[in-house]
Amino acid sequence: MALSDIRPTVRRRISWGISLGVALILVIAVAWFAVMNWDVLGRQFFNGEVAAKLFPDAITVCLRNTLLYTIICFVIGTFFAMVLALMKMSRGPLRWFAIAFIEVFRGLPAMLTIFAFAFMVPMVFQYRWPIGGIFGGLIGLVCVTAAYNAEVIRSGLEAVPRGQREAARSLGMSIMTTNLIIILPQGLRIVIPPLTNEFVMLLKDTALLFIAGASIGMRELTTFGRDGLTTYSNGTPMIVAGVLYLIVTIPLTYLVGRLEKRMAVKK
Amino acid sequence: MVVAPIQTIGLHKSFGDLHVLKGIDLVVQKGEVVCVIGPSGSGKSTLLRSINLLEWPSEGQVLIDGINIVDPDANLDKIRTRIGMVFQQFNLFPHMTVLGNVMVAQVRVLDRPKEEARQIALNMLERVGLSDKVEQHPSQLSGGQQQRVAIARALAMNPEMMLFDEPTSALDPELVGEVLAVMRDLANEGMTMMVVTHEMAFAREVADRVIFMDDGQIIEQGPPDKVIGNPDSPRTRTFLARVLDPTHIDSATPETADFSIDLSSGQFRLGPTHR
Ligand SMILES: Nc1ncnc2c1ncn2[C@@H]1O[C@H](COP(=O)(O)OP(=O)(O)OP(=O)(O)O)[C@@H](O)[C@H]1O
Ligand SMILES: [Mg+2]
Repeated sequence: MALSDIRPTVRRRISWGISLGVALILVIAVAWFAVMNWDVLGRQFFNGEVAAKLFPDAITVCLRNTLLYTIICFVIGTFFAMVLALMKMSRGPLRWFAIAFIEVFRGLPAMLTIFAFAFMVPMVFQYRWPIGGIFGGLIGLVCVTAAYNAEVIRSGLEAVPRGQREAARSLGMSIMTTNLIIILPQGLRIVIPPLTNEFVMLLKDTALLFIAGASIGMRELTTFGRDGLTTYSNGTPMIVAGVLYLIVTIPLTYLVGRLEKRMAVKK
Repeated sequence: MVVAPIQTIGLHKSFGDLHVLKGIDLVVQKGEVVCVIGPSGSGKSTLLRSINLLEWPSEGQVLIDGINIVDPDANLDKIRTRIGMVFQQFNLFPHMTVLGNVMVAQVRVLDRPKEEARQIALNMLERVGLSDKVEQHPSQLSGGQQQRVAIARALAMNPEMMLFDEPTSALDPELVGEVLAVMRDLANEGMTMMVVTHEMAFAREVADRVIFMDDGQIIEQGPPDKVIGNPDSPRTRTFLARVLDPTHIDSATPETADFSIDLSSGQFRLGPTHR
């Protein structure tokens, strides 16, 4: 039964009850704030002295690395995602490879994938990654991105009307040419908003690279926050990292919303 | 002996359990205009789409200029450039301009230099009367204009033959004429054409031969005056009665909403009322 089906007097009584409940929760929250240990919070998490020592490296090295890793993984991952999406839509053995790849890397927690590439691969193959474990970690993240984006891109490619492929093929275009200049451009345009969303998710997932460890110059924001936590026995570096994430992710999320709205209008 | 541009031998096509083409033997001679008519679901589109292998036959051969293209060794992409195809839903590439639509396959498939492709595209667009629309996108054009672009796109490949699958069925009645006019010119220039159509007046006027299909078979074929004017087969007669006189309700076939009437031009058209 919807709210609008209820008699007005009853409805008024219900909304009164809701207001009362909300007010009560607010009062409790305020009381809790009042008795909270503000002093500890300030010293342990919003410590100006500690924060001062973190800059400018927090931005010039760590935020920069976070963005760099995100972009690298996104560009390479999305490239492979297109290949995987086309493979999955094809017939024959390639299709099964694509399905297996996508299922495995979407099914595993990203952190385990990063761990496996950072440590297991070097151990098993007796091979040291060029710039350390983070290199393997990045490869892992590329695989994860490829798997997720492959599904997004496939949904876009499948939304392209069948007649487009038929028209292209009837003009003598090969399967490859048809995919590259007819199907992909249209399919990708459809999935720009969800892909941007995947970009934001990936940006946050680069935090998982902390498990791979990194030399000073290679650290991204979370590794940086975690290292700071131990160095200063203080939570401020984590807070700084969090704020820096938000500075990037909030505008990006806003952009996704704008893109989605624009796509909706176009339809 | 002159080889026919299009020939099918014992062509069968099934979709799963559905047997759609039941042994089609067909020869289309050079310069011939063949119109294919028949009730909905009789396999007309499937036949046309089998000729450039958009549908792969379950059995039988398709010979283009005497070459069996069902053979896996045949260079299908190359053969398809010789067969222009025009679809009911136009299928223009929406992310390209009109000019881009007409140029793209010339450049990518025939390897023509851009400038040459551009000139040819402009010529073709002029031929279909759309010189002023070259920079537009398909979505900015009317249905009739889009279909003419589609024809120009196919012609730009210099095909030896053209296949039309109900090219005017998705058009508003007042736009049908402009597309048929282009097709008529093409026929007069000697193009080999196969046209699936419900436009009986067009078939009568332009076709050298009319084929009536029903239930996956060719029931009757011959000159238009014969097949449309005075058919032998009772099935052809029933079909024509329904197309030419849609108010006549055949008690055996209750799905009479298969056609619509264009009151302004007084023409009868098969196919559901335009959406
Ligand atoms: N890809 C497909 N998969 C399954 N069945 C199909 C497919 N294409 C066509 N059919 C079926 O084959 C039969 C013949 O279809 P076809 O499109 O050739 O008929 P048609 O004569 O062109 O009819 P219309 O006048 O409605 O266009 C129909 O029953 C149709 O549902
Ligand atoms: Mg059809």
